[in-house]
Parts: sequence; structure tokens; C-alpha cells
Amino acid sequence: MSDYNFAYLDEQTKRMIRRAILKGLAVPGYQVPFASREMPMPYGWGTGGVQVSAATLTPEDTFKVIDQGADDTTNAVSIRKFFERTAGVATTEETEKASVIQTRHRIPEAELTEDQILVYQVPIPEPLRFLEPRETETRKMHALQEYGLMHVKLYEDISQHGAIATSYAYPVKVSDRYVMDPSPIPKFDNPKMEMAAIQLFGAGREQRIYAVPPYTKVVSLDFEDYPFEASKADHPCDLCAAEDSYLDEVILDDAGNRMFVCSDTDYCRSRREAGHVGRLGEEAAA
Amino acid sequence: MTPLLQVKDVAKMYGVRIGCTDVSFDLYPGEVMGIVGESGSGKSTLLNCLAGHLAPDRGEVIFDTRADGPVDMVTMSEPARRMLGRTDWAFVHQHARDGLRMSVSAGGNIGERLMAVGDRHYGDIRARAADWLGRVEISDARIDDRPSAFSGGMQQRLQIARNLVTGPRLVFMDEPTGGLDVSVQARLLDLLRGLVREMGLSAIIVTHDLAVVRLLADRLMVMKDGHVVETGLTDQVLDDPQHGYTQLLVSSVLQV
Repeated sequence: MSDYNFAYLDEQTKRMIRRAILKGLAVPGYQVPFASREMPMPYGWGTGGVQVSAATLTPEDTFKVIDQGADDTTNAVSIRKFFERTAGVATTEETEKASVIQTRHRIPEAELTEDQILVYQVPIPEPLRFLEPRETETRKMHALQEYGLMHVKLYEDISQHGAIATSYAYPVKVSDRYVMDPSPIPKFDNPKMEMAAIQLFGAGREQRIYAVPPYTKVVSLDFEDYPFEASKADHPCDLCAAEDSYLDEVILDDAGNRMFVCSDTDYCRSRREAGHVGRLGEEAAA
Repeated sequence: MTPLLQVKDVAKMYGVRIGCTDVSFDLYPGEVMGIVGESGSGKSTLLNCLAGHLAPDRGEVIFDTRADGPVDMVTMSEPARRMLGRTDWAFVHQHARDGLRMSVSAGGNIGERLMAVGDRHYGDIRARAADWLGRVEISDARIDDRPSAFSGGMQQRLQIARNLVTGPRLVFMDEPTGGLDVSVQARLLDLLRGLVREMGLSAIIVTHDLAVVRLLADRLMVMKDGHVVETGLTDQVLDDPQHGYTQLLVSSVLQV
């Protein structure tokens, strides 16, 4: 163990964050203000998620970090190392083995269980922000459930693009009460939010924490004649042939060749280990 | 007949200065009331008190709601007042920018009130937006343009369409023709007069332009220094002003 207090933050701070988390769980989708601390990383790198993880972790936990579904990108690697060093907790890349998963912009493909906590990094927690810049006004709108403006955004999408073009950070209504920004996850992940695990959302710069308790109703907003659709690239994964996972598009050369791969690296790896091979799977392995 | 709006002894103070005081009147369904006066006479303060934007210090503003009959707006809960503001009431600002969402298309601006009261069918919302654009004489080819691409007169007409789409019963207008040139003003007044008659609207129009009230208002209230100095039928007040200030006001209009 190093000279840091367990999980970097001091005990009083963690206590303050836990109170915000509990309040958030008690009022699903409500943005609880908290005294966000300065963290040793820039805003936008997950300072909110890190603080929520620090307040949630216990020494017995196994921690996993994903960034856009991947375990091996800069953001994921640096946050994982941060907690290895300051908390000394076990880390893993396997979704099933983790008890706390911090994520940026994805929900893992594997179904989460009641023993797991999913921590989201949130850049802008206020779903109404781009339509109504005044915080006093948006708070009042949440308090009075005046959510007509959210549909104005979707209306604008359809009138400009012929379909709801919002493909990430797609607004949801939680437990028939609060409209919530699910953080910039693809709308493909929205239906998964009615899950067994606890979901916690931390926005460091904006100083807000909110939460979705297990098995809570989460409905994506839509119009009667333009229903919500959880879209993804119409393609199987080129490495593991999965038809049901969210895909990243990778440009291979300047001759128009491209490949689609699972954005969840752990899911893709486990499928390839189980013997599934996609279109380009053999070449990649070689 | 029950008055649509009963105003009883409304007063608003700004510290020791008077905003408006001792204002009482009844407004009946289908009636248009004009409030005239010079700048600083308290007419906008009064309008904002009536529309619930400002809390009056004294008095009652009783509105005849569809569901519960006459209710005092001053003591009404905020959610209920805001709900009325989106359904039975409309507020037309002097500057269209204050009443429009400049970054949202014309159709979205008109549809906002419909969506706010729970309309969730895109096709219906768009059809009603197109219908209302037609009624305020804007081509429905402009439905996806933003208000920033509209002229001042069009913006004002769009603001009116956006307010009337939910079929309100009472419209507050604060200098609806301010800042528009005379030919555009004339068309706007013509349009407003048509809509008021056709929909049977009640309206309270605040203006310093006597021509506007002459055309639109049934009754007139003249304000000076926060007090009502004269009330009566529009033609009566304008043709035979009794109070010295009203006489000054009427004789100040330039005759071309």
C-alpha cells in the first residue's frame, strides 16, 4: 500500500459523496449537487466517475475500467492504474469478474448482475442544457416536470434529418418522473439501462451525481409516429462475427476498405476464445 | 356573465416608487382592453403583474379557469400558473426575440406549446404548425427555417402563431407593433384583428400607439404615473378625452 488514503480521497469527502449517491438512488434520475474535488487529472477525463468510484470501492472489490467499451485505451488504462496505486484493489478486464465497473460512453455487452455497480463518467448532466441555458430555469422545469422542450429537440431532428438523428446521449425518462441524460452512451445501449446492477453517474466539472437503482423503469423519449430505435451498424463483427453487439467502424486504407469490430473489447475477446471467427478474424490473429 | 378576468385593487411598488397602484377592472370574454400611457406610466408593470411574471404587492387577479371557475392568480400555485401560461394564456412580447426560441425552426417554435401539453405525434404537430404558419401569412415552405432568417414583421407574426396554437382564451400583448414600420404594422394589426374576432379572444394590449388601440380595443384605460386616470369605450375616450393627460396624449398624435 502507498501513502495515499484508501482510494485517494479522504474519508470525509467520500462520506459526502456517498450521501449524494444515496440521495440519487432514493430519487432516481434527480441530479444531486455535490462538492466535486480537484482530481489529479483534467476535467473531461472522468473526474466525476473517478470520485464516485473512489467513494464506492472497498478493499475487497474488483475494478474494471472501460473507455468506449475498450479496456486498453489511454483513459481506461490511466484510471485503472490510478486505483491500482491509490486503492490497491484487484483489477480485471473481464466484465463478469468485476464488482465495480467505471465506464465512459458504453454499457458492457455482457448482462450485469445484482452484485455489480456501473459508474458512468458524465460530461454534461443536464439534458435540457442546449435548449435552455439557464440553470435556474432547468431546475424549475425538472421540479415541475415541464419536459415539452425535450421533444422540441427531437422534433428538430426529424424536421432536419427525416428521423431522430440523436444517436448518443439520447434522453430518457426514469421511473416516470425525471428526464435524464444517460451520458454519451450510444442509443443502442439505452434499452439495457433497465438492468440488475446499480448505475451511478458522476459529473465532476458540473458537480452533479445521479443514479438509477436496479430494475428501474427507463424509457427513451420518442414520438408516436417516430418510435425510439436502438440502432447500430448493420454488420456482424469482423473479428468475432457477433451480430448483437455495438460496433466501431475502422478505416483500413485509403481504398475504401473498412472493418467493423465490437466496441466492447472484452466481449469480442471472450467470443474469439470460444471459437467464433469473423470475416477478418484469422488475419488479425495471425 | 362571469368576467374572464377580474382585477381588484392591484398595486406593485418598486421600493418607495410606485410601479402601478389602485388598478381595478373586469374583462369579459371576447373583449379587448387597451392600456395606453407614456413610458414609465406603469403599463408594462401592470401587464406583468396580470400575466404572473411579477408578484403584485397588493390586490387580486381572478381568472375564470375552465376547470375550477374563478381562481386568484396571485395565490395560485406556480405549477398551475405556468400550466395556464402554456394553455389558456398567451403573452406576445414587444421584441419577438424574447418570445421565440431563435435556435429552433419555425415549426418547432409553434410546436413547443403543443408538446408542452403532451402532444406526442410528430405528423399532427407538424400539420398544425403548417396550418398556423398559413394563418399568420407565412409560407409553409419556411417551416424549417429558423426565426433568425425571418424579417422583423415575420418574427412577430411567428410569435403570435406560437402563442395562439393552443387556443388560449386570454392574450397579453406588450407593444405588439413596436419597432415595425407602418405598412408592416398595418398588416399585423389587420391580422390580429381578424384572429381576435375569429377565435373570440379576450386580449389586454399595452401600447403607446393610439392608432393600435383605436383599431383593436373595445375599451381603453389611460395610465399616468402608476395611476389609472381615465377609462371608457375606446372611441369615447379618444374622441372626447376628459382628463388633462388624455387630452395631451390625443393631441400629441401627428396628423399627416
